[in-house]
Amino acid sequence: MRRFSWFNATSLTLGFAFLYLPMIILVIYSFNESRLVTVWAGFSTKWYGELIQNEEFLGAAWVTAKVAFFSSCLATVLGTMAAYVIVRAGRFKGRTLFSGMIYAPLVMPEVITGLSLLLLFIGIGLDRGILTVVLAHTTFAMCYVSVVVSSRLVSFDRSLEEAALDLGCSPFEAFRLVTLPIIAPAVISGWLLAFTLSLDDLVIASFTTGPGATTLPIKVFSAVRLGVSPEINALSTLMIAIVTVGVITASLVSKRAAVQQARDERAAERAE
Amino acid sequence: MRRAVLIAIPYVWLVALFLVPFLIVLKISLSDIALARPPYTPQLDLAAGWDGIKSFFAALDFENFTFLATDDLYWKAYLSSLKIALVSTFLTLLVGYPIAYGMARAAPEWRPTLLMLVILPFWTSFLIRVYSWMGILSTEGVLNQFLLGIGVISEPLQIMNTNTAVYIGIVYTYLPFMILPIYSALEKLDDSLLEAAEDLGCSRLSAFWLVTIPLSTGGIVAGCFLVFIPALGEFVIPSLLGGSDTLMIGKVLWEEFFSNRDWPVASAVAVILLLILVIPIILFQRNQQLAREADT
Repeated sequence: MRRFSWFNATSLTLGFAFLYLPMIILVIYSFNESRLVTVWAGFSTKWYGELIQNEEFLGAAWVTAKVAFFSSCLATVLGTMAAYVIVRAGRFKGRTLFSGMIYAPLVMPEVITGLSLLLLFIGIGLDRGILTVVLAHTTFAMCYVSVVVSSRLVSFDRSLEEAALDLGCSPFEAFRLVTLPIIAPAVISGWLLAFTLSLDDLVIASFTTGPGATTLPIKVFSAVRLGVSPEINALSTLMIAIVTVGVITASLVSKRAAVQQARDERAAERAE
Repeated sequence: MRRAVLIAIPYVWLVALFLVPFLIVLKISLSDIALARPPYTPQLDLAAGWDGIKSFFAALDFENFTFLATDDLYWKAYLSSLKIALVSTFLTLLVGYPIAYGMARAAPEWRPTLLMLVILPFWTSFLIRVYSWMGILSTEGVLNQFLLGIGVISEPLQIMNTNTAVYIGIVYTYLPFMILPIYSALEKLDDSLLEAAEDLGCSRLSAFWLVTIPLSTGGIVAGCFLVFIPALGEFVIPSLLGGSDTLMIGKVLWEEFFSNRDWPVASAVAVILLLILVIPIILFQRNQQLAREADT
């Protein structure tokens, strides 16, 4: 029997209060009538109205969504391929370099990644804009995807794939019909991770962006440098709400899938 | 053939967008600043063939690195980044360990929910989480109002734009990275070991020090690296919460590049930051390797 003491209850309460209070305060003040943080002047949703009318923010949000969508899709394809290479391809020339290049971006400070990519884009004369940000985000996100997918591939039973090949599938068909459905949860969480990383990124985007491709984090950063602003509070509240709903839905869906799988397995056992 | 294509696509991508850019940084860090676009010389002129390459290498020097070594600013920035990263890693451990411990001790049906509550802030924007402290810590902020209101202080505390605010910001944003590995180490801990220690005469506290802490070292070390490595190159937290006297190398690099437009020096700063990071990164990889071997 595990002991659960007052000490544990207190540390959990304080810990979660520390994690959540700042965000709760932010949400509360987004409904403040007054522009000042000091004064609570009554409940109001006017900052949300101003936010929706602010075309700069809307434009930046649209740019961010495009960048995040394209870079996360590209990163998922490339990252899954990289995971396949790491787990399945066996020995090949330059394997050490390859796995080094997969893991290095995970620990590389963002300022260095951003600086080096910018110098590359300037060096080859590529105009900076949405394309360069997508390329930059794809590169660091694919490494995260490949870590997520390869941890799933390692535990994957290869004989299933071999059976498909014996039964006449081409290697690509075997991948599409057998491997992909099994590793799909990891591929999806890799995509989600890549998407969030791209939505969130300020430093790499600041280095690699150009005129006309201001992303939301860049816009938010330049606004909050000057201090607290109620519009940013409203924007943050919307983003927190979206993430919360998303994460809770995802965990409910995966829980339901796990229950369904357990039920299927029991049914299969009975059928035998 | 198919296998070669499968290997080649991600390989070429990473070489082109990770390795080559990094070599460019290395190259520019050895160049001189110039009032031109791009603002540095020499440039590698491959069209000039072998002579171009020779004259390129002849013009390289370590001037920027000598400059970094002689100018106080950079030394101080590196040292102060190291100090801030070390202190905040330690603070994160102090805050994170009890939370991870409490989670591992909670009833099993509660644990998935608690785990989700720790991961949830990680999905929320990093920038927003840092920003949320600006409204709390500022002179007219929520914290000062609260403390003034209950009469603990008579004058507002100046926390915003100091290193204290930077510590709070780092602890807050990196806390999940500390909690998760420690939690997974503690969750695997076998309760009978603690019972055995107590049967053999240990007090609960000494059983904690002699059994629980040593068995969670792997998680502690992993958590510390996961906080220390990104904290060292941190840019957002010192520039939003720190003051003008908060020196961190990520911020110096940013300003060198965007404000001073001194690309060669910015590149040299990046190269040295990376050299400093190589040691903890290698230690971290080795620690992960050992943990994997212990598992199998």
